[in-house]
Amino acid sequence: MAKSEGEITWRDIEIGAIVTEAGNASQYQTGTWRSQRPTYDFSRCIKCGICQMYCPEGCIGQNKESYFEADLFYCKGCGICARECWTKVITMVEEEE
Amino acid sequence: MATRKGLEVSVAIGDMVKMTNTDVVAAYPITPQTHIVEHLAELVADGELDAEFIPVESEHSAMSACLGSAAAGARTFTATAGQGLELMHEVLYVASSMQLPIVMTVANRALSSPLSVWGDHSDLIAVRDTGWIQIIVENGQETIDNVLCAFRIAEDKRVLLPVMVHVDGFHLTHVIEPIIFPEQSEVDQFLPPNRYPMPLDPDRPLTMGDFGPPIIYSEAKWAQEVRLRATKEVILECWREFGNKFQRNYSPVESYRSEGAKVLLFTMGSYSETAMVAVDNMKAAGMDVGLVRLRLWRPFPFEEFRQAVGEADVLITLDRALSYGGPGGAVCSELKAALYNQARRPKIVSFVGGLGGRDITVDDFENIINQGIEIAEKGSKNEFEIYGVRE
Repeated sequence: MAKSEGEITWRDIEIGAIVTEAGNASQYQTGTWRSQRPTYDFSRCIKCGICQMYCPEGCIGQNKESYFEADLFYCKGCGICARECWTKVITMVEEEE
Repeated sequence: MATRKGLEVSVAIGDMVKMTNTDVVAAYPITPQTHIVEHLAELVADGELDAEFIPVESEHSAMSACLGSAAAGARTFTATAGQGLELMHEVLYVASSMQLPIVMTVANRALSSPLSVWGDHSDLIAVRDTGWIQIIVENGQETIDNVLCAFRIAEDKRVLLPVMVHVDGFHLTHVIEPIIFPEQSEVDQFLPPNRYPMPLDPDRPLTMGDFGPPIIYSEAKWAQEVRLRATKEVILECWREFGNKFQRNYSPVESYRSEGAKVLLFTMGSYSETAMVAVDNMKAAGMDVGLVRLRLWRPFPFEEFRQAVGEADVLITLDRALSYGGPGGAVCSELKAALYNQARRPKIVSFVGGLGGRDITVDDFENIINQGIEIAEKGSKNEFEIYGVRE
């Protein structure tokens, strides 16, 4: 369906509301949920990957310099990465709307 | 050549499920359904039914296992009663909204407490809103006929919804009745193989029971409601073809000697047969009374019900479940709602009785009818009348 979620009518719903597009959860911008966001001092980063392992969202990947960084499209701002980081790279700051 | 056997209805249910070549039975025993699942377990163990019998640890697991089984495209059956039906309650909504064809016979049983293994309709009423197709039967023949129809209806591409067949606990599950079983070839002709259109398949991944935020939930629910209502046509078609093939006819509302009757009694389930005797007695005594029974509970057959009520002056209803703190008779509330906007509607008197296995005899039905007529005339300060409680 090319329709945006706000355009889908009841007739468009598949039987049993089955979703046939595999992996479409990736379209859901969970990043809008957060009230705080991770910020980074990569000079301290030892590239251990502990933050990536702990992230419940699985949204931490490696950037161009191979430092571990959250994808803000998905990041819900839980702060677990900041708490678990061994070298205190990450600081959670309030999202300003 | 069809065979006629004297058989306990529960065992007959197992035999019919065997004839449908069901693939999966996931069930937990609970009185008074036990004979159904015990017999099915034996049939599977003895190799007479090639099915996966999953002896789960609870009814909640039973229905959950049925979801998985139906989602994989397997013909799925289970049975439960009373507290068991309630234990699986949350999963029932999932089965219907996920549109998974599952057939379940419910041995209608009273809900605790006090602990009652005996029959009434409290479990039936408790699952009213779960979105399942619900058929009520009155005797052994109707039971196995409708178990067969239930599979055909549930798995029909225009339906794809789970179906409950309500069988009065003990009063019907545990009686031995003469039952005509069709030939296996006739069953095979009447019931095509299950071809669920979008089963779980690693080669065609999909998501069932997905997350539905406010932006989409209402649309999904309305689609479900439209779908459930539309199943009535398929149910009628199934019963028509069943009637043509097996010469036994079923319809959403069935009337007994009610043509032009001014006073109507309304019942659901096996007690209807006792009510028929009462109607016969009263008619023989010159009273203008008839019986209306509901066979299709969901989707509710508004047209057929209104037609059956016709020009009657008084409608006396018997509910075998008590909905506390409200109008008492939940079925009666629905009947009142169905008739409320009609230009002409009868006076309706609601009785609640037959709870927890309490018998309602022919004399009791005659009392109910007589009391109902009197109340219709004189009125009552009660929302409903409780019948048979010792003062």
